[in-house]
Amino acid sequence: MAEIIHLENIIKRFYVGQPNELEILHGISLSVEEGVFASIVGASGSGKSTLMNIIGALDKPTEGSYTLDGVDIIAARDEELSAIRNRKIGFVFQTYNLISRTSALKNVEMPMLYKGVRKKERRERAQMLLEMVGMKERMSHTPDELSGGQKQRVAIARAMACDPAIILADEPTGALDSKTGRTVMDIFHKLNQEQGKTIVLITHAPELAEETGRIITISDGNITGERINPNPGYHPSSASDDEPEIQF
Amino acid sequence: MLILENVMLALAGLKANKTRAVLTMLGIIIGIASVIAIMTIGNSIKGEFSSFADSMGADQITLYVTSKSDDREDPYMFMDMGFERKGREMQKSDYMKTEYTEDLKEHFAGRISGISLVEEVAEKGTSKNGSLYAYVKVRGLSKDCFNTNDYDLKMLSGRGFYDRDYVDGKKICIVSDYYCNNMFGGDTDAALGKKISVVIDKKYYSYTIVGVYKYDNTKAGGMFSASSAKDTITDLYLPFLTAIKQTHNTSGYSSISVKAADLNEIEPLANDIVEYVNEKFYRNNDHYKVKSYTMTSFIEEYMGQLSSVSIAISAIAGISLLVGGIGVMNIMLVSITERTREIGTRKALGATNNSIRIQFIVESIVLCVVGGIIGMTLGIAIGMVGSKLMGAKASISVLSILVSFGFSAFIGIFFGYYPANKAAKMNPIDALRYE
Repeated sequence: MAEIIHLENIIKRFYVGQPNELEILHGISLSVEEGVFASIVGASGSGKSTLMNIIGALDKPTEGSYTLDGVDIIAARDEELSAIRNRKIGFVFQTYNLISRTSALKNVEMPMLYKGVRKKERRERAQMLLEMVGMKERMSHTPDELSGGQKQRVAIARAMACDPAIILADEPTGALDSKTGRTVMDIFHKLNQEQGKTIVLITHAPELAEETGRIITISDGNITGERINPNPGYHPSSASDDEPEIQF
Repeated sequence: MLILENVMLALAGLKANKTRAVLTMLGIIIGIASVIAIMTIGNSIKGEFSSFADSMGADQITLYVTSKSDDREDPYMFMDMGFERKGREMQKSDYMKTEYTEDLKEHFAGRISGISLVEEVAEKGTSKNGSLYAYVKVRGLSKDCFNTNDYDLKMLSGRGFYDRDYVDGKKICIVSDYYCNNMFGGDTDAALGKKISVVIDKKYYSYTIVGVYKYDNTKAGGMFSASSAKDTITDLYLPFLTAIKQTHNTSGYSSISVKAADLNEIEPLANDIVEYVNEKFYRNNDHYKVKSYTMTSFIEEYMGQLSSVSIAISAIAGISLLVGGIGVMNIMLVSITERTREIGTRKALGATNNSIRIQFIVESIVLCVVGGIIGMTLGIAIGMVGSKLMGAKASISVLSILVSFGFSAFIGIFFGYYPANKAAKMNPIDALRYE
């Protein structure tokens, strides 16, 4: 399988050259193959958000190399990074980040607007995506008329708008109750299984990471564990929910 | 494509934040409204004055005799006001003679279309026939008078004067319809060919009516006339030579009116005539000379003053536009701070710095232009009401509308650029994390 994400020896320092210089990532190397549902799991302060920013082309590492879907991110200029984020990455945020006072449909259309897709095509694709996440009935609603779970489903449809190489989900269920969180996770599984979409899930919850096919553990700016889960997906156990089922 | 989307977005934003939008636009609204109102009122006054000046004869050059010590630049219409003549009183030889007019016509052939001479025969004469009576002002007109605005007669019946009437000195006259109403029961045709007598200074003079004109009571003289139409003093016109014969005026005229052939050449023509006449006829006169005044110089001076006054007031009003612009900038800065997360999200979704910049500049332009349109409507309304109140015909200054529309868009760009640029340069990570 082709590598979609290839990070090599990524070092990220803040306040470079100042007395309070701080190294957050200490040389991370990892790669994610096409069609994999991977998760990066770590406690807060482990550097996973910094890593996500780099993977999402929102930030550049201080040192190291990063190739996304064959494109050298390190060498890209600002406008090129915008285009990469637009076409290759679909973001799903913990706080949904839908544009307020703008209908669900317009929100999903937005990335296509920046891509320069024609209006008719934009509308049709947005409708199709909203139908896919089960939000067709509410596509003219604005975010403040939607529940958290509904907002996150719209956000997933938006992430899919430009058919990106990867979907980067940052704690997508963090603000949701377990039931709606479940719906959202199910959509990710469906996207991964039915459409072969590469998904990177960033989470602090090991039980969510266990649902994914590839689990990368990060701690104090280093990768501390990396394993393949041969049986990804949600497997409710008879055991209590507090004890996540771990499969080897 | 992005522009249109941004305009729609900005309009939706305005709708969602009505109170704030209106308060922000208020500065622009007041600024634009006052500029347009002032310009409209100024324009209306100008238009009114211009048509007034036209009716006074824009193509006329008045040549008048004045003391050699008279060095006033612009005596205008009130030549003799507050000016004391030095030296001796005017004598017969100081007046302009009828021959001068012939000389001028010849010398300035092509540049002068006529010289009108008016011989004032009597301020008030009385025509009586039994119990019927009418008051008349008797004036002798030269041929060229009939081309001017002052004597633009509308004939109701009969004829005007023919060329030979000016040379054979027959006692014929033209009377007004008012005169006919008083003397002939309003039958203008019946008056034709009738011999009438007019008492002037207790002497009887008789004339034969050849024509009847329509009296225009809006012209000067009408305002000062007696209350009833019956007692109105209307003009009775004689051919110039007839009038001269009656008055035995041999001294000449203190002023004559020259009609210019070309409206654009009035000032140089006036100067040339003055120079010519002074050189030829007043060279040896130690006390008197001729000077001229024209409507154009008067109009230009007046218009210039009016323009500077309205520009000055507009400039003051423009300051409120500036303040309005600062208000727009302020609210745009607040708006981008509030929407930091949105900016971060848009950047994460692929918006370039430029598209963020355009979005906020468009928003600022929309804010200003909407304010501008409201202000424009308000300004036109105020201007029209103001013009009405001042008794002038409202004429909207198209230029001021274009200028203020452009200016409000400019304010939008100018005061929107800094906030928009600030938004464009935001770091997407910080913007996304902004609480």
